[in-house]
Amino acid sequence: MNPKLSQKIAFTVLFLSALITILPVLLIIAVIVKNGISAISWKFLTAAPTNGMRSGGIFPAIVGTFYLALGSTAISLPLGVLGGIYLSEYSKDNLFTRILKLGIINLAGVPSIVYGLFGLSLFVIYLKFGVSLISGCLTLAIMELPSIITATRAALNSVPQSFREVSLSLGATKWQTIRYSVLPHALPGIITGAVLSNARTTGETAPILFTVAAFYLPHLPSSVMDQVMALPYHLYVISTQIPGINKNITYGTALVLIVFTLSLNLFGIILRTYLRRQKKW
Amino acid sequence: MKKIKEFIIEKAIFLSGGLSIIFVVLIFVFLIKEGVLFFKYVPLRDSLMGNNWYPLSNPEQFGMLPLILGSLLVTIGSMLISIPLGVACAFYIAEVVNPKFKDILKTGVELLAAIPSVVIGFVGMVTLVPWVKSIFNLPTGLTALSGSIMLAFMAMPTIVSIAEDAITAVPRRYKEAALALGATHWQAMYKVIIVAAAPGIFAAVMLGVGRVIGETMAVMMITGNAAVIPHTFLEPVRTLTATIAAEMGESIRGSNHYYALFVVGIILFVITFIINLLADIFLHRIKK
Repeated sequence: MNPKLSQKIAFTVLFLSALITILPVLLIIAVIVKNGISAISWKFLTAAPTNGMRSGGIFPAIVGTFYLALGSTAISLPLGVLGGIYLSEYSKDNLFTRILKLGIINLAGVPSIVYGLFGLSLFVIYLKFGVSLISGCLTLAIMELPSIITATRAALNSVPQSFREVSLSLGATKWQTIRYSVLPHALPGIITGAVLSNARTTGETAPILFTVAAFYLPHLPSSVMDQVMALPYHLYVISTQIPGINKNITYGTALVLIVFTLSLNLFGIILRTYLRRQKKW
Repeated sequence: MKKIKEFIIEKAIFLSGGLSIIFVVLIFVFLIKEGVLFFKYVPLRDSLMGNNWYPLSNPEQFGMLPLILGSLLVTIGSMLISIPLGVACAFYIAEVVNPKFKDILKTGVELLAAIPSVVIGFVGMVTLVPWVKSIFNLPTGLTALSGSIMLAFMAMPTIVSIAEDAITAVPRRYKEAALALGATHWQAMYKVIIVAAAPGIFAAVMLGVGRVIGETMAVMMITGNAAVIPHTFLEPVRTLTATIAAEMGESIRGSNHYYALFVVGIILFVITFIINLLADIFLHRIKK
């Protein structure tokens, strides 16, 4: 066949593949927005579910998801940033570092349901935290850790070596150098990574199944030892366990959940694109 | 005072540095801690190779073969869809598309990864499942096929982004040499670039497989969850992940059933561990 023609055909096929890959995102969002928008009202967002979750709102689930997002980040962000600083600034090129990198990759690859089992075994049973907000936050925090470490490390690595040399040559200690002349430049990249990894865990269901999620709990938690409802689990429950539910409520819940995760994601992506353009060195 | 503060901070950094290893070990230890009790009562051969998963009948049976085959079938199905599509999409983004649209396409792929799996499961339930049911004229649309299609899209972001990185990382001079010898852009792509990027593409596929095997909620909602040995894509299947998610809530803590679910967890952990290790080895190969 004529090489020009075969190139034309091949590129068309590639274009179609890209289209098929992207299209489902738009379709999923369109289906949910179209069917869910009518369910959204002030009452839906601020009232507790009633009548066996067949009516009322989803307020406790929104609050629960918000607490989980906040709590898990509060734990994973400091640990992840310190871990990233270690990898970028302190680690040497040796066997330990190689094993550490492998550990991070594996942590990122552990299936979410296995995190759920682990949280159940360690936090709920062994440490006797019970099925509670704290168990859920800790489980999600460990899940977020690898991406925050990776983002921190990448952000620190992108700061030019000369910044460190100048600071050190002026007599600053290693930590002062990191704190005052490296970290500030890496901060935006770290925040982007944290936002993106948080967006991911906010939508997770499997890790919270046995560690925190309540099937039906029409009031808000009063301490970290309480169970909470969460949007992803609530969506699972009402779409599979409640026969004859008004589909509007299910779509509405899905809509609130994707608005939650997609806006976090878009915020992170836009921030990252903006920062990449800003960089002058 | 300042010295002490600095000392503490540096110690905290070293400690956090090792944390990832500690957590991987902890996960394995705590899975084993619960799972090992299972083998006290049930021989390994009966469970791993057994054909029947009847945890609630009397006598209880914990044959995990249907679950393992269920996961395998859904994974194979989704890879048949997502490998060609994902690699083609990666080539399109890396080589063909007008740079103006590159960021938009990449954002789209990233957003696909951002949709929670429970939402994908729900949308699959209300759209894809009825279609599969009516197209193939089946008693139920909750089949391995439906699961494979939805999972394919969940593996896509991983495959596309890592394969695209691998393609972009191929030295420009390879392509330029091919073009200088009179090859068309497409010939350069499928005869030169794909060969140079092959280890990275393989790693992308491995990580995609890891993502699919570990996926839980969407699979549980659309594959029908029948723990029988599957023969075709048009039957309901039950995966390893869905078994844990669906049954842990109702299993009694300390029962054989409870321990068996931890053994399923160990199987998943080991599979994904090996997959990630393989992927890492291949990714390392490109850097050299």
